[in-house]
Amino acid sequence: MMTTAKRNHRLSSGLAVVAASLAIAACQPGEKQGRYVSINRDPFPSTYTPLPGKLTLIRNVTLLDGRGGKIADASLLMKDGKIQAFGKNVPAPDGALVIEGKGRWLTPGIIDVHSHLGVYPSPAVKSTSDGNEVGEPVTPDVWAEHSVWPQDAGFTRAMAGGVTSLEILPGSANLFGGRSVVLKNVPGRSVQDMKFPGAPYGLKMACGENPKRVYGGGRNNTSHRPSTNMGDVAGYRQAWADAQAYQRAWDKYDRDFKAGKDVLPPRRDLKMDTLAAVLRGDIRVQMHCYRADQMAVMMDVMKEFHYRIAAFHHAVEAYKIADKLRKNGICSAMWADWWGFKMEAYDGIRENIAFVHKAGACAIVHSDDPFGIQRLNQEAAKALADGRRAGLDISRADAWKWLSINPARALGIEARTGSIEVGKDADVVLWSGDPFSVYTKADMTFVDGAVVWDRHDRTHQPVADFELGQVGEGDVK
Amino acid sequence: MRSAIILAGMVLCALLLTAPVLADNYAITGGTAYTHGGRGKVERATVLISDGKIVSVIPDGKVPDGYERIDARGKWITVGFMVSATSLGLGEIGISADINDARSEKAKHTLGLDPADGYNPDSTLIPVTRIEGVTRASVNLTGGKDMWLGQGMVVNLGRGTDTIDRHRAYIGLDISEHGARTGGGSRPAMWDAIRAKFDAADPRTGRSQRKKGAEPDADVEALRGLFTHKAFLLVVANRTSDIRKVMALKQRYGFDVIVAGGAEAWRVADDLARARIPVVLNPLQNLPRSFDELGATGANAARLARAGVKVAFLAPDTHNARLLPQSAGNAVAMGMRWTDAVDAISVNPAEIFGIADHYGTLEKGMDADVVIWNGDPLEVMTSPDAVFVKGQAIPMRSRQTALRDRYETLTRSPQYRRLQ
Repeated sequence: MMTTAKRNHRLSSGLAVVAASLAIAACQPGEKQGRYVSINRDPFPSTYTPLPGKLTLIRNVTLLDGRGGKIADASLLMKDGKIQAFGKNVPAPDGALVIEGKGRWLTPGIIDVHSHLGVYPSPAVKSTSDGNEVGEPVTPDVWAEHSVWPQDAGFTRAMAGGVTSLEILPGSANLFGGRSVVLKNVPGRSVQDMKFPGAPYGLKMACGENPKRVYGGGRNNTSHRPSTNMGDVAGYRQAWADAQAYQRAWDKYDRDFKAGKDVLPPRRDLKMDTLAAVLRGDIRVQMHCYRADQMAVMMDVMKEFHYRIAAFHHAVEAYKIADKLRKNGICSAMWADWWGFKMEAYDGIRENIAFVHKAGACAIVHSDDPFGIQRLNQEAAKALADGRRAGLDISRADAWKWLSINPARALGIEARTGSIEVGKDADVVLWSGDPFSVYTKADMTFVDGAVVWDRHDRTHQPVADFELGQVGEGDVK
Repeated sequence: MRSAIILAGMVLCALLLTAPVLADNYAITGGTAYTHGGRGKVERATVLISDGKIVSVIPDGKVPDGYERIDARGKWITVGFMVSATSLGLGEIGISADINDARSEKAKHTLGLDPADGYNPDSTLIPVTRIEGVTRASVNLTGGKDMWLGQGMVVNLGRGTDTIDRHRAYIGLDISEHGARTGGGSRPAMWDAIRAKFDAADPRTGRSQRKKGAEPDADVEALRGLFTHKAFLLVVANRTSDIRKVMALKQRYGFDVIVAGGAEAWRVADDLARARIPVVLNPLQNLPRSFDELGATGANAARLARAGVKVAFLAPDTHNARLLPQSAGNAVAMGMRWTDAVDAISVNPAEIFGIADHYGTLEKGMDADVVIWNGDPLEVMTSPDAVFVKGQAIPMRSRQTALRDRYETLTRSPQYRRLQ
């Protein structure tokens, strides 16, 4: 698999088998070679297609570009799902739908790097609790997308909050919780209908208290491991060492096959498939970690096994090591002010996001919550105000990076979305006013140039299957 | 943070050094005051505070001798806000740390449990909460063993020794699916037990007469407060049918009830208004998180207030009690009048929880819980410049601000005290 060029002939079993090439000059005389075996790396391909959109010009808005720029009295033109033009003077082409935006603001859509919508959906009942594969602490073989229930009404609430893309993660019970999936926030019949085309996978890992609490008591596995922070770290390291061995076995298979030998591929291991993909740089590590000292240890584990951590999630103590986070190029995805719900969240401060920003490190505002995801703009506003009170000069335009381009970078989708730039996906939000105000609402949310949410048009307010025929169906939410 | 300290005023810096402080005389001048919740707007107000009480709030009022003057030009002044049904002071950490004094799993009896037995006014949550402008709270257990949440109380978040404002103010009862699950396994099983308790304590039935020499039952003692109107019943209910049961309880037993949670209360808004039953709710709850909350909507608070129901607000949770003004702001964004939303975190909870004779407005003689804000208090970018609880100026310091100051610049060993 893994180190060789892609081979495209796939069988529905998920294994791609390619007829042995005739170029077997190195083959020992008389040895007959079997077929080369490679692994299909995309067995659940995205079936996302943009909703129907129109050629649309939004004009006279205050525009934040998501990269730190702000333009007054701006216009933005969306065509074929892309941002065609924006700036001070953008004429309306023939046939364009023109939306008057006077007094309103336009921003890139919000990207939430940490959501459990669909895997811990509403209603939050036992039957829908699909986010943690509890039983053993190392489960990189499970994929969040196999748990995502597209009928979670939380997705539609998030649209009303201006969220256009989001990463759905497994929970944090396990050291390795499984693969995440990045979605465009549009309704669909299956998770594949929502999958962000081409977005890399993430791997959820978790530091600290949660794996200890879940396993240390022996209730959820017989080994009682991990039960300590050092047990956590031993668990990560052994798994990475196993992944290295797995990768070497596949590399050897590859070499031997090329040398013309008749060799069997290594036995496939779904856990190791994911971990080896991290080591190759194909999957991004998204690591739940609260405490500064634990993040510092994880940065060394990362170096020991030569992989990258894209972001520490929650990172309540990121402010204590903001310099190290900058140096290592790791983002911190944070709440504005949540704290104290467990010991490792006890040292939360309101200036966390602003201090990480000040240090030149990558700051992200995340939700981890079906209510918080509805008002991430307010969370950024609080963090901005707290930073200013601490004497930092941060503009609204800068603060919007925490909601769009920085999360896009952490997810590896920054070439497609996360900022207002010509040619990028037209994932934008038209706000009723200054989005740093509690009173401001998302009037319209666009994904790939199509209206997915319109506050003033009930035909553009999706209702989840679960809500149909129930009390409150189609009500204002 | 430097600017915050300057804004808080030299007065407060001086107080910091001489803590604990005694109530003193303050004149807050030049700001815009709201004396009755979101109403009673007074421009260029002089707010006089003496001996812990409000003396007057007068436009361009003179500052008498002996008053420390605090310039509040361009600022907004309100009463300190009140958050409903928290567990403040009953535990530091949510999970896997200190004992959670809000729980009742191993209790013998649950109805009469008294949160004052677990209340710790030194909890770090209290400074964290009050420096954000929330100065009063009702406090009750979160339960665990069955549907009873013990006896609720009201506290002020000041630094005095008299922090319990109203002891045994209410009895908490959770009749939602959560209460039913722990309190009998189903609603019928739970209600059988609830009625048995009430009937036993009902003075009209005569069954409450204790036999001579019998041990006083804490539950019966607590319930007596309901029938004598010294306490009320706070009932957690979300589904419409459960809220109707709360109305029926009031009808049958005659005691005062309030609905807490109330996700679907908007569906019976007129009936609640007619029955004069207040609703304490979380304005952010707009998801069908359970089969009890299918009708949840962010418009709940607006609809109830418009129907004439007295509404107060829950915070998202106890650690986030300080986010109460943000919740109120979101209620406004969902159609509630600004004045009604401010009422819901000031005069309304004062009346609902029975402390309106001394807290909730900036009228003469009321406890001086006063907050000077640098803008609209419901806005997310606004924060308090100064906070007074019962006339005491609160140092704008918490464990969190101490951590902030320590890590403002990163050093090799921040544990050493640094000279400012």
